[in-house]
Amino acid sequence: MFNNKEKKPYGLIASFKNITEACDAAEKVRDAGFKRWDFFAPLPIHNIHEIMGLKRSKVSVITLFGGITGFCTGMSIVYYMNAYDYPLIVGGKPFFSPIFPFPVFYELTILLASFGAFFGMFLTNLLPRHNHPVFNHEPFSKASDDGFFIAIECRDPLFDKSKTETLLRDLGGTEITLLDH
Amino acid sequence: MSAHTDESALADPALLAKVDPVTLPKPALVENEHTLHWVTERVCTIVEDSTPRWWWVCFILACAMASFTFVGLTYLVSTGVGTWGLANPINWGWAIVNFVFWIGIGHAGTLISAILCLLKQKWRTAINRAAEAMTIFAVMCAGLFPLFHVGRVWYAWWLFPLPNANGIWPNFRSPLEWDVFAVSTYFTVSCLFWYMGMIPDLACLRDRAKKTWRKYFYGVLAMGWRSSSRHWNNYEMAYILLAGLSTPLVLSVHTIVSFDFAVALVPGWHTTIFPPYFVAGAIFSGFAMVLTIMLPLRAIYRLHDIITQRHIDCMCKIILGTGSMVGYAYAMEFFIAWYGANPYESFTFVNRAFGQYAWAYWIMVTCNVISPQLFWFKCIRENTALVLVICMFVNVGMWFERFVIAVTSLANDFLPSSWGYYSPTIVDIFTFFGTFGFFSVLFLLFVRFLPLMPIAEIKAITPAGTPHPNPDTNHL
Repeated sequence: MFNNKEKKPYGLIASFKNITEACDAAEKVRDAGFKRWDFFAPLPIHNIHEIMGLKRSKVSVITLFGGITGFCTGMSIVYYMNAYDYPLIVGGKPFFSPIFPFPVFYELTILLASFGAFFGMFLTNLLPRHNHPVFNHEPFSKASDDGFFIAIECRDPLFDKSKTETLLRDLGGTEITLLDH
Repeated sequence: MSAHTDESALADPALLAKVDPVTLPKPALVENEHTLHWVTERVCTIVEDSTPRWWWVCFILACAMASFTFVGLTYLVSTGVGTWGLANPINWGWAIVNFVFWIGIGHAGTLISAILCLLKQKWRTAINRAAEAMTIFAVMCAGLFPLFHVGRVWYAWWLFPLPNANGIWPNFRSPLEWDVFAVSTYFTVSCLFWYMGMIPDLACLRDRAKKTWRKYFYGVLAMGWRSSSRHWNNYEMAYILLAGLSTPLVLSVHTIVSFDFAVALVPGWHTTIFPPYFVAGAIFSGFAMVLTIMLPLRAIYRLHDIITQRHIDCMCKIILGTGSMVGYAYAMEFFIAWYGANPYESFTFVNRAFGQYAWAYWIMVTCNVISPQLFWFKCIRENTALVLVICMFVNVGMWFERFVIAVTSLANDFLPSSWGYYSPTIVDIFTFFGTFGFFSVLFLLFVRFLPLMPIAEIKAITPAGTPHPNPDTNHL
């Protein structure tokens, strides 16, 4: 119980009326220099990386590694199985060539690259995570329906409870709440 | 002189300022300017409302139908592959026909979800989820046939490069082995794409859930998605990458399926036109199936504002386009048979049209070449019942196409002394008939428990989901 005083709250969350107001507010929060903040929207917004000042996603790198692994796996299983471990004579053709098993490593490249994209999405987003402070905010259940929210974390160096609250209010935020961990 | 005055008038900035640029009205993708909440309600209530009576009727009928496959396969496994109508020289009968038929149907789902996504065809959003579900269920139906065609189904795992007691490995030069890789990759990637697309919508169902089991069921599936835009940023990247990976995948799958035929030396199979011709045919049949499924669902759930006439128009035009490609391929096969001056090849094609299987050939031509040409007319594209009937014709025609390709070529090959006539047995018919039930059971469960449409993506194409709706930027 006595730990509660020392534990910092998660941050401030504000609701916004519609997508236009929320995006305008997000641009202002970005320009104010906050780094640890988030914008919740029930839909993918076209140019969200510009609005929030985000970097290019790392998912593509993970996908590339998946693809390279798939290509190499495909090549090596064909070489190992048909040319090394059990050399298979079919019509007097060479035991190994990069041409005949083309479909095999083509499909494996796609398969492992897709796994890279799929798990890359979870990895970069740090999901699955079923508990999060925002879920304790009652109106937040609208975030997947038609609610738009901006949350600024206490960990951000620019965070100051009263100033940040005023900023969010000035930007048109309502139901501004301090979220606990 | 007059040309000179025109040019100077155009360059006059004072005059230019007075001229308003022409704004062409774009047809709305979601009609009637609905709110975001309306979209959520429209899609979520399909899952949340109490089970309608028609669903139970269809579900029981579908289960009864699916039992035919179960009976057919049980009898097959307990007796032997001899119970199918296969006999020399026709060793590829209905099982292969049905395999190619079902896998072809799946292709439209991936085309809608991947290729149309890369081409920024935003009308795809309304139908993409159901079409992807169709892909997965169709591939499951397709997979049954080669699985049981191996004869001893308990040895089917030998198809995979796994160490076995014989100490031998699969032959990677065989198109049948390529098929194993192509189809299993296709199934896996389709599942990943389908599930990842569903995560935000499962979160939406989780947030609305009242009952405990629903909270757990959708909660676990939603993976803790919290609609964060930082997440959306990675998610969109993963989505576009999966679309980019699925595009070469879907084209390769039917190409490899066509290699099963094209790599053999049998006249009528050994042609280079097969890969593009098979892919066009697959998309053709798949879109017919998408419309066959979506038109009744649109009527039952009154989704006319989300699946608009424009959607039906677009799909009909794709059917018309791919149907014409298929017709062109039929004609080109005949031309090459004559131009190639190979007597076996030309005999095969004349025999297809006028030989013992002429009935199947003309059913194919009527359904696949003639019926989609009706989609040139707007009045036919706007008549939903007629569209449904034409799509049924296309489905039938595409099954017959595979029958014509597989069976007629084998029945009358090089040696007249070995010619034969293939007919399916009751076991063949049971197994195939039941797959429609199996497919329907899965699809009905999908409609009842999972979001039928991509809620978040539909929201993104409504005016209420656009930050600064501006006709000049033409964001929609």
